[in-house]
Amino acid sequence: MSEIIKVGMADLKTCLPPNGITTLGLGSCVGIALRDKLKKVGGLAHIMLPDSTVIANQTNLAKFADTGIMELIRQMELLGANRRNMTAKIAGGATMFAVSSRSSLNVGERNVEAVKKKLKELGIPILAEDCGLNFGRTVIFYPETGDYVIKAVGKPEKTI
Amino acid sequence: MSDLSLHEVTQNYYDVLQEIGNIGAGNAMTALSQMLGSKIDMGVPQVELLDFSEVGAAIGGEEQIMVGVFLGVEGDVTGSMLFLVEQKSAKALINKVMMGMGDPGEDFTEMELSAMQEVGNIITGAYLNSLSMLTGLRVFPSPPALTVDMAGAILSVPAIEFGIYGDQILMIQSNFFDEVQIDGYFILVPDMDSYRKILTSLGLSI
Repeated sequence: MSEIIKVGMADLKTCLPPNGITTLGLGSCVGIALRDKLKKVGGLAHIMLPDSTVIANQTNLAKFADTGIMELIRQMELLGANRRNMTAKIAGGATMFAVSSRSSLNVGERNVEAVKKKLKELGIPILAEDCGLNFGRTVIFYPETGDYVIKAVGKPEKTI
Repeated sequence: MSDLSLHEVTQNYYDVLQEIGNIGAGNAMTALSQMLGSKIDMGVPQVELLDFSEVGAAIGGEEQIMVGVFLGVEGDVTGSMLFLVEQKSAKALINKVMMGMGDPGEDFTEMELSAMQEVGNIITGAYLNSLSMLTGLRVFPSPPALTVDMAGAILSVPAIEFGIYGDQILMIQSNFFDEVQIDGYFILVPDMDSYRKILTSLGLSI
């Protein structure tokens, strides 16, 4: 029996086939799915903010793009994955409300940028993405196939 | 950074914040029931310190489709305010506001969304106004923005603002309902600095 592992907000987990891994209702946060294509080890991080270095006293690595990706890789490597074989798919980073006065509201865009920058730095290619715009997303990732299923309100389900 | 950390929020402060929720939502409900010409009841406000992992589930589950009206709060108190109504409830609410001229389908028409945004605007205005009266602080709402989406995605917006301070979000939440159809929430999420200002203005030392 396969199960679907749930990842919360500012959280990350690893996943082995035949299980899948999901996070519900991504808004401006970004869901980063990593997969070692040889070992079929997968992982999903639900990050909220772009940069851990500008904020003091942070303990939750999964909250930030930079530290979240590093921690996810570390945990996947404990399961035998190798970062050189890893690929990424990303989703989220929406702007939920178009209110110009609060700068924190374009955090979605900045999250996506930060994720891309970190992955590039690590040489992990992004195979597919579904980011931006103005709607929330629920994602399910299957490390067996690398399928990243994306659901949104009032839109057909899609797999990237 | 604020000197008030999330862990120092004691029962005393909870009670004060709960009272703010009570008065704010009470005023908002009066405005709403005047608009609808019917009685609206209100639950006891909850002041909750939630872990991020619980935020999505706090209101009917992460994937519950809600209509959300979001306003930035500016002035002496800064933060955000959300008016959230479950999809079917929102339909019923709008239909009442539009005197039964709402669209019968499940989706929202432009007109309905616009009506909902205005409802959100008026009643969150009433909420914030009472906060301002109570504290003597200046509190201005920004123009409202509306979305129809999953609760988790909507609530991530105020949660992200709290992400800067820690891994928890402090919310003042009030829910309201009429006999059958309408069920919704107000959520006031002041920035951490504003909690200090609110409490100080009410004579509580920190």
